Amino acid sequence: MKIALFATCVGDTLFPEAARATVTVLERLGHEVVFPEDQTCCGQMHLNSGYRDDARKLARRFLDVFAEYDVVVSPSSSCVGTVRELYPELVGSTHPEVYELSELLVRKLGVTDVGATFPHRVTYHPTCHSLRVTKVGEAPMTLLRHVRGIQLVELPRADECCGFGGTFSVKNADTSSAMLADKCSSIVATGADTCTAVDGSCLMQIGGGLTRAGTSVRTLHLAEILAST
Amino acid sequence: MKGGFPEAARRELANPQLRANLRNATDTIRAKRARVVGELPDWEELREAGRGIKADVLHHLEEYLTQFEAAAQAAGAQVHWARDAAEANAIVVEIARAHGITDVVKMKSLTTDEIHLNAALAQAGITALETDFAELILQLDGDWPSHILVPAIHRNRTEIRDLFARTIATRPLTDDPHDLAEAARVYLREKFLDARMGVSGANFGVAETGTICIVESEGNGRMCTTLPEVLVSILGIEKLVPTFADLEVFLQLLPRSSTGERMNPYTSLWTGVTPGDGPQEMHIVLLDAGRTRVLADEVGRVALHCIRCSACLNVCPVYSRTGGHAYGSVYPGPIGAILTPQLIGVEKAPTLPYASSLCGACYEVCPVKIDIPTVLLHLRAKVVEQHSPSAEGLTMRAAGWVFRGRRRFEGAQRLARFAFPLARLLPGPLASWTKTRDLKPLPKQSFRRWWAGR
Repeated sequence: MKIALFATCVGDTLFPEAARATVTVLERLGHEVVFPEDQTCCGQMHLNSGYRDDARKLARRFLDVFAEYDVVVSPSSSCVGTVRELYPELVGSTHPEVYELSELLVRKLGVTDVGATFPHRVTYHPTCHSLRVTKVGEAPMTLLRHVRGIQLVELPRADECCGFGGTFSVKNADTSSAMLADKCSSIVATGADTCTAVDGSCLMQIGGGLTRAGTSVRTLHLAEILAST
Repeated sequence: MKGGFPEAARRELANPQLRANLRNATDTIRAKRARVVGELPDWEELREAGRGIKADVLHHLEEYLTQFEAAAQAAGAQVHWARDAAEANAIVVEIARAHGITDVVKMKSLTTDEIHLNAALAQAGITALETDFAELILQLDGDWPSHILVPAIHRNRTEIRDLFARTIATRPLTDDPHDLAEAARVYLREKFLDARMGVSGANFGVAETGTICIVESEGNGRMCTTLPEVLVSILGIEKLVPTFADLEVFLQLLPRSSTGERMNPYTSLWTGVTPGDGPQEMHIVLLDAGRTRVLADEVGRVALHCIRCSACLNVCPVYSRTGGHAYGSVYPGPIGAILTPQLIGVEKAPTLPYASSLCGACYEVCPVKIDIPTVLLHLRAKVVEQHSPSAEGLTMRAAGWVFRGRRRFEGAQRLARFAFPLARLLPGPLASWTKTRDLKPLPKQSFRRWWAGR
C-alpha cells in the first residue's frame, strides 16, 4: 500500500527518530512510504491557543498537500486527532484516512506483530489525545504485546495527563511541572527502563522530567520500539 | 484577578498539605464515582437523556420560564425576576425587611455565592448563617469555598477542631469527625429552631409544576426549607427541567456523579405553600446574571447544561493539583474555566480558558456531556481577539506565516540550530520550560534532511 507520512512540524525538527522508525516499520511490512515535502504543520498549536484564523489556513494547506494520497500516517496521535476530529468543525472538511501509526497497523492493515524485538522493561503511557480524541484504544498495547523479549509493566494512574498540553506547558509551567512530577513518580515506581507513548511532544515533556529528576529511565516513541530488531 | 490563574496556581502549589488533601479527596471520590457509574448498564443513555433535556430547556427557555412562573404562582409561591446580582440581593433584603427579620439560615448554594448574597445581607444589617457543615467552617473562619461539592476540601480536621474551639464549641473537643459534627449540630440546632427565614438555591425547578428540587447530604437543607416561616429560593434561569418525570434522569445522574452515591440522603421538593405545613410564604427568585448572554453564544451555551456535580473537578489533573482557589472564581475547575469567563465576561477572566491541558478527562465524566475542551478552545479564540495585538499574537502570526511556506519552514529549521541554544538563556517560553525540564539538544539532522539524503 502507498502511504503518505506526515512527520509533523515538531517531529520533523525535534524528534525525527519517530518518523524514521515509522518509515522502517512500514517498509519492512512491504508498504511504500512517501513523504510529501511541502508538508509543515497541521495547525494544532494555533488552534489550541486560540489563533483560529492561522489554524484554518494551515488546515487548508494540510488538506491540499495531502489531497492526492489515499492513506496518511503520522507518529503523533495528537496531530492526527486535530486533522481527523477537529478539522470538520474548523474548515468543514477533513482527510478521510489519516491514521496514527498503531491504528493504521492494527485496525487498517490488520497487523499485530511487526517482527520487532526489544528486550527491555517497558511501561506505556496512554497520552490524553490518543485516549480521548483520536481514540486509538488498545492498538499500541496490542502491538507491544507481540514484541519479542519485551517485559511490559502497567503504569499506575496511566490515564492521567503528563502536563504537557502544548502551550499549557509554558503558560502554566508550575501546574504543568506538578503534573509532570507525579507522572514521573508513577513511571519510576514501575521499575521500567523505558517509557513509551504515541506522542512525541508528551514524551519530550516526560523525558525532560525524568532526566531532570536524575533517573535513568528513557523515553522512546512506540514506533522506535516497533522498529527495533 | 492580578496575575490570573498561573500566579494563583503557583501559590497554591507551594502548599504540600493542600496538595496531599486534594489528592486524597479527589482520588477517593473518583473511585466511588467510577464504581457506581460502572454498575449502571444504561449510563451512556442517561447522559444522552440529560444532555437532550438540558438542550431542549435552553432552546425553549422563555416558554419554560413562563410556565414555571405560572405554575409556582398557582401553588401559592411569589416569583421574582432578577436581571443581575444587585437586583436579586435587593429582592431578598426586601423580603427580610418586610418581616423585620435580622437572621436567616442558609443552605449551601453556589448561586448565592455567585451574587455575594451574604455580603449584601450583612450590609443591610441581616446575618446569614451557613448551615452546611463545610460552609459553616469557612464562614466561621472568613474563608471561601474551593470545591463545588466539598467546599472545605482544602482544610483538615485539626484546623477545624481549633476553629470550633475558638468559636462555637461549648465543651472541649477532639479532632474526631463525630465530635466535630456534634459540635456543629448542637450549635446549628438552636439556630434552625429560632430562624424565621430560610434561604436556598435549587438544583432543579420543574416548569410543569412550579416545584423546586433540592438535593443534599446533611439534612441542613431540609431544616432550612421546613422550619422557617419564610423561604426564599434563588435559582439561575437555566436550572429548569420541563416535567416532573425529567427529574428521574437527573436524580440518577447527579448523586452518582457528585458524591459517588446511588442516591443522595435528602431530596426535598417544594411546590408553593401548603397551609399548616412548612413555610407559609415562599419566594422564588429567577436569576439571569449573565446567563442570557451565555445562551446567545451557540458554542458556549452548553456550559448552562451544568448540574453542578463537580465530577469534572475531581478528574481534572489541573484542579487536583491547584485546588479551587487558584481559579479565583465561585465556579472552579474545568466547568469554572468555561462558565465564569462567560458569566462575567472573558476580559475579566482571560487566563481561565488556558487553565487546562486539554486532556479531555472532564468531558468523559460529565453527566450531561458538556464538551468542555471545545468550549475552552472557543473561549481562547475570544481572548486572543480581545488581546490583539500582543507579543504572543505576533509570534503566533509569524509562526503561522513560517508554516505556510515550505522554504520558510526549512529556513526556520536551520535557524533553530543557532537560535535554540541562545533562546534557552533568555526569559521566555524556553526558559520557562527548562526551569523544571531538561531539553534534549536538537538532533543533528531533521527528518526531511534524512529523507532527502537516503
